[in-house]
Amino acid sequence: MIKNIVNLGDAAIYCDFGEEVTKDINSKVIKYFRTLKNKNLKGVTNLSPSYNKLIITFDLNETTFIELKNNILNLKLDDETKNESSKISIPICCDKEYSLDIDRLEEKLNKSKSDIIKIFINKTYFCYMTGFVAGMPFLGDINYKIQLNRLETPRVKVPKGSVGITEQFCNVYTFESPGGWNIIGNTPISIFDSTHKKKPNLINPGDEITFYEISKKDYIKFYEK
Amino acid sequence: MKSDYFKVIRGGLNSTFQDQGRENLYHIGIPFSGVMDKRNYLIANRLINNGKDEPVLEFAFQGPCLKYFGNKRNIVITGEINFILARNNSEKEKGECYKTIEINDGDVIDIISTNKSVYGYFSVSGGFKIDKVWNSYSTTTRANVGPNNGCKLINGQKILLNEKKPIFNRRLNFVNTKIEFIRVLKGTNFDYFSQDSINNFFSKDFEVTKLTDRMGMRLKGVKLVNLKKTNIKSEGLVKGTIQVPADGNPIILLSDHGTIGGYPKFGVIISADYDKLVQTPPGTKIRFKKIELKDAENLYKLYNMETNNILNKIL
Repeated sequence: MIKNIVNLGDAAIYCDFGEEVTKDINSKVIKYFRTLKNKNLKGVTNLSPSYNKLIITFDLNETTFIELKNNILNLKLDDETKNESSKISIPICCDKEYSLDIDRLEEKLNKSKSDIIKIFINKTYFCYMTGFVAGMPFLGDINYKIQLNRLETPRVKVPKGSVGITEQFCNVYTFESPGGWNIIGNTPISIFDSTHKKKPNLINPGDEITFYEISKKDYIKFYEK
Repeated sequence: MKSDYFKVIRGGLNSTFQDQGRENLYHIGIPFSGVMDKRNYLIANRLINNGKDEPVLEFAFQGPCLKYFGNKRNIVITGEINFILARNNSEKEKGECYKTIEINDGDVIDIISTNKSVYGYFSVSGGFKIDKVWNSYSTTTRANVGPNNGCKLINGQKILLNEKKPIFNRRLNFVNTKIEFIRVLKGTNFDYFSQDSINNFFSKDFEVTKLTDRMGMRLKGVKLVNLKKTNIKSEGLVKGTIQVPADGNPIILLSDHGTIGGYPKFGVIISADYDKLVQTPPGTKIRFKKIELKDAENLYKLYNMETNNILNKIL
C-alpha cells in the first residue's frame, strides 16, 4: 500500500502513498498511523499523517532508517473492526464581522452569500489530518461550486475560530495565526483545548464533521457559557 | 514551608522553560520544541548536578534579569553569555559561564546578552518547581503548551524553586566549537531544483537573516530555482527541514516549527549539526555541504561520543 519509503534527514522516514488526495488514499495513511500508534515501535518519537503521506520521526540513539523501514514494511496492519471515527457538529456564525472574505467569495464565485453558506453547510466533511498549529483540522471535500484559490496576500493575523475554505478543503484556525484561506465564518467552540490532557483535539483524522449556522446572538451566548 | 524563588525583573526576549522536548503529538500539531542547543543544556544540568531530563531556563540574545529570594544556593549558566551578578551588598561581578556560582538572598543575576551566539541556559540547584505538561517541561509558546501556562517569562512574575541541595564547586573548561559547514541530506523534493541552484546551494555563502526564531531560520543568498512546482500537497515536516517557497529563499525549520506545510523540501540538516546551526546569529554567513545518510549516522554517533566525553569531564 505504501508506494515508496525514503529517509527524510537522518531521523525520519517518509512514506508516500501516492500523488492524489482522495479519501481512499488518506484512509490508508490513517490506517498505518493508527496501527503504528498502537504498536509503539522501538525508537519512534512522532507520527505525522497527512493527505497522502506519513512521516515518522525516530530517536537515532535507538534505531536507524534501515531498521525502522524494515519494521514498517513487515507491519501487520490492525484489523479495525471498531471504528474510531467520531461524528462532530460545529456551530458557525457567518455574520458580516466573522465572514471576513464574503465579498471576495461572492464576487469570485458569482453567488450570493446565502447560496455560498447553504452549499458549504449542506455537506459532511472528512478530516484528512490535523496540524500546522495545534489542533487545526484539514477537512474536505467542499462542493466544487465554492472552490477557489487562497488569498493572493495572506493575512498576517487570522482570528481564532475562523473557518476558512480553499481549493477542495476547509479548516478551522485553532489559534490566531497568519493564513491565506478565505474566511467564511467563525466558530465559538474550542477546537483545541490544552487543559484536556487526554483529548485536547476535538477533531481527529478520520472524523466526520458537519457545520450548522448560528446567529450572532447565539454566538455570543456560546462565549458566555 | 515557603519556597525560595526568583522574581523576574526583566523577562528577556524569549526566555522559556525547556527540556529535551515533547514526543508523540506531531499528529495534532504540537512540535517537539525542547532546548535548541542540546549539548549546552546537558552541560548545564550536569554542572549543577541535576538529572539529564530536568528543566532549564533557555534564553535568546537578551536573557532575563532575576532577583533571588532564599537561602544560599548554586546556579550555572552555559553558552557564550555576558552576565553580571549584582550582590546584595551592592558589589558587582562579571559572571563566568560553565561554573557553579553561589547566590544569596537579594542577589540579582542580569543576563545581558549572548555573545556571537543565540541561546544560553540557566540551571539551578534543586531545580525549578514546575509541572510537566504532556510528559514534558518544554514550552511551545505558539500553542501555549507547557509550564508557565505555555508562555515566555514576563516581567514581575515569580519562579518558584525546589528545595536546594548542598553548595559545591564545579567548573568545566569548555569552548563551543564552530564548524566550517552545516551538513545536509537531500530532501524529498531535491530534484525539483535546477542543477545550477543545487551547485550554488553547496558552494556559495548563505546569510542568516533577522527573520529567525525558535520556529525557523530564513536564509538569504542566491535564489534557488524550482523547475517543477513550487507548492506540494501539505504534508508533515521535521526539525531541520530546508523548505523553499516560491520566492527561492530557503527556510530551515527549527524546534517549534509548524507540523504541516506545503513547500518543497530541498534538504534536511543532519542531527549532529543542529546545535551549531541554531547558535548562528543573524548576519552570519554559513555554508552547506551535501553528505550521505551513512555519514550522517556516523557523525551523530561521533557527536554523542563527544558530548559524553565532555559530560564525563565534569566530576
